[in-house]
Amino acid sequence: MEALTAKSVTKRYTQHTALDDVSISIPEKSIYGLLGPNGAGKTTLIRIINQIIDSDSGEISIFNEKLSPRHIGTIGYLPEERGLYKKLKVGEQLLYLAQLKGMTKAEALDKLKVWLTKFEIKDWWNKKVEDLSKGMAQKVQFVSTVLHEPKLIILDEPFSGFDPINAQLITNEILELRDKGSTIIFSTHRMETVEALCDHIALINKSKKILEGPKKQIKDAYKTNTFLVEHIGNNFVLPADKYDLMEQHKLEDNYYHSTLRIRGVGSPNQLIRDLVEKTEVHSFVEKIPTMSEIFISLVKEDPSL
Amino acid sequence: MNKIWLIMQREFLNRVQKKSFLVATILVPLIFPAVIAVMGFILMKQEKSAGVSVVEVLDESGKMSFENSSKFEFVSVTGTLENAKVTYNESSHFALLYIPAFDLAKPEGMILYSRESPSIRKMGDLENMLEQRIRDLKLEQFNIDKETLKGLKTSVSLKSISLSKSGEEKDSNTGMLYILGFILGVLIYMFVLIYGMQIMLGVIEEKTSKIVEVIVSSVKPFQLMMGKILGIASVGLLQFFIWALLISVLSTAAMSLFGLNMPQQQAMEQVMNQVDDPEMAEAMQSNEKIMNIMKSVNEIPYTYIVFNFAFYFLGGYLLYGALFAAVGSAVDSQQEAQQFTFPITLPLIIAYFGLFMFILNDPDSTASFWFSIIPFTSPVAMVGRLGYNPPLWQLILSQVLLIGGFIFTTWIAGRIYRVGILMHGTKVNYKVLAKWFMMKG
Repeated sequence: MEALTAKSVTKRYTQHTALDDVSISIPEKSIYGLLGPNGAGKTTLIRIINQIIDSDSGEISIFNEKLSPRHIGTIGYLPEERGLYKKLKVGEQLLYLAQLKGMTKAEALDKLKVWLTKFEIKDWWNKKVEDLSKGMAQKVQFVSTVLHEPKLIILDEPFSGFDPINAQLITNEILELRDKGSTIIFSTHRMETVEALCDHIALINKSKKILEGPKKQIKDAYKTNTFLVEHIGNNFVLPADKYDLMEQHKLEDNYYHSTLRIRGVGSPNQLIRDLVEKTEVHSFVEKIPTMSEIFISLVKEDPSL
Repeated sequence: MNKIWLIMQREFLNRVQKKSFLVATILVPLIFPAVIAVMGFILMKQEKSAGVSVVEVLDESGKMSFENSSKFEFVSVTGTLENAKVTYNESSHFALLYIPAFDLAKPEGMILYSRESPSIRKMGDLENMLEQRIRDLKLEQFNIDKETLKGLKTSVSLKSISLSKSGEEKDSNTGMLYILGFILGVLIYMFVLIYGMQIMLGVIEEKTSKIVEVIVSSVKPFQLMMGKILGIASVGLLQFFIWALLISVLSTAAMSLFGLNMPQQQAMEQVMNQVDDPEMAEAMQSNEKIMNIMKSVNEIPYTYIVFNFAFYFLGGYLLYGALFAAVGSAVDSQQEAQQFTFPITLPLIIAYFGLFMFILNDPDSTASFWFSIIPFTSPVAMVGRLGYNPPLWQLILSQVLLIGGFIFTTWIAGRIYRVGILMHGTKVNYKVLAKWFMMKG
């Protein structure tokens, strides 16, 4: 089942089009990366999913139902611009936000106990948010996002402002939530996060979706048949009609590192055979494009630019 | 609806639990009487310590003579004015009063020389003395003695009774109604401004702390706006009722302190009616003025006024509150808000001036009518007229229009608000606001 599908969603403002005929499909229990440069339209799409603003046209369904105000409790949203009531105490604040999401006070209290213990922030109950450090406030905000056990969690740049230890804590929580059945949408331009966590990806640029699919598939599609080889000596030549030597540099002693691309229909095995005849191979690895490379190349190549 | 209620509760508790609310609620009813008492005390003390001012009198007409009083001592001087000025400057006397020879029919040319400019009060006192003396001289000229004049003096106090259509008679004390209208009008003006500003600051805070995006993912922007407006309204109403309670408790306490509590007063009135002895009656005469005031205080139709006041308070507050919310949503800081707060408070300020200039003095004039009908001014204007018994059709028309008015401003404000709260760093002017208003979804 799809956790969320958007069909031909368009949003226009007087001077520009924020989303132009964008369709995405987010499988249930996936961690879905929504990528794109600043101003591409990610936030607009997220706001439409959160029903903060309406789209001009297009349709959105969530767990096979048409998106409507009763799905507010189904979604948990952590906006990029974090914010809490500064003068309000942590406990009161979390209870209030949970009630706005439709929980009863008793339910919220029960769930809060679990989360605050887990995050070791139980003592903060009576602290005002303005007295917390930035990282502490981030934890509180994360709890408020997931407290009502949303089936769809939308995180906009979730790791900004976290130190590595807390970032790890949040990462583990996200994975655990996914394993328990939640679907997670990441909006980010931090590619390490995408590499590590996402299994599905959509790339939005200039208000259009230019790429979508499982991460593995995308990476396979962008492979260039390039291999990284470590070998001894460089006084050999490979047949130029079969291989391109993209780059070569010397490591210590007589070791060399070469980047080779297979032209035409050659296979990696053939390359290895050709290599071992001429040199001593120490390592042989396929060069898989990073998300960052795909991202940059796609955004740069985008003909609409 | 449930969510508006939640937000309302939160806004209410946030403000009521603050120490500043408690302090303001308890202190304000005490501050006004205290300020009046302190000023009265200072004034009294000043007058006592001021002592006697010595005034040199150079009377070239030879007609004037003054009696020394507790305030002034008069010293006659002779010679030319130039000489008198020189001697006055060498003395430590308060002033030099120069009276040239004058025509009784046209007394002109009198001058008061002094080193410091004299207070209006002292000038007034001296003018009175001169007028008195000239009047006496005129009386002499017409051969009227003072005794005859005294016999001519008549005192009439006009009792004003308002007659209702059903023929019911009610004492009306115009002075009392003026004060009542004044207090109610100013209260509305202050309430709307103070609580309107609170709405605006609350919205700005939510916007700058970025919490608003989280909230509007749970509730509609309109619900958030209404919850805030209504929550603050309930704070205002609570505060108002506490003040009303405190003031009535305090004034009852004060009255009983002066032996004038309500039941006693009524008993006295009964006694007075039965008394035949003219001497007793005269002794009570002095109390009559106070009694009359007390009586008209008692006769104010409290439920009518409290109900209508509450209506105009809420109506005016909702009308302006929505506009304040819209301004708060459009800007990123309080300084930026100033360019918009002035235009929206302008009608309120105009109503406030109208209250003093004609509504209280002439509650049935055309201007008063229009002011109390137009929703932007009616909360202040109509409340000022309440005591004067405005015609029922005017009251109803005014209230219906006010309801329509705040629905209208809330609608406009809601459309600006829903866009404004999500906009950061935009340079906002009226054109931008209009664009937001027109924006769909």
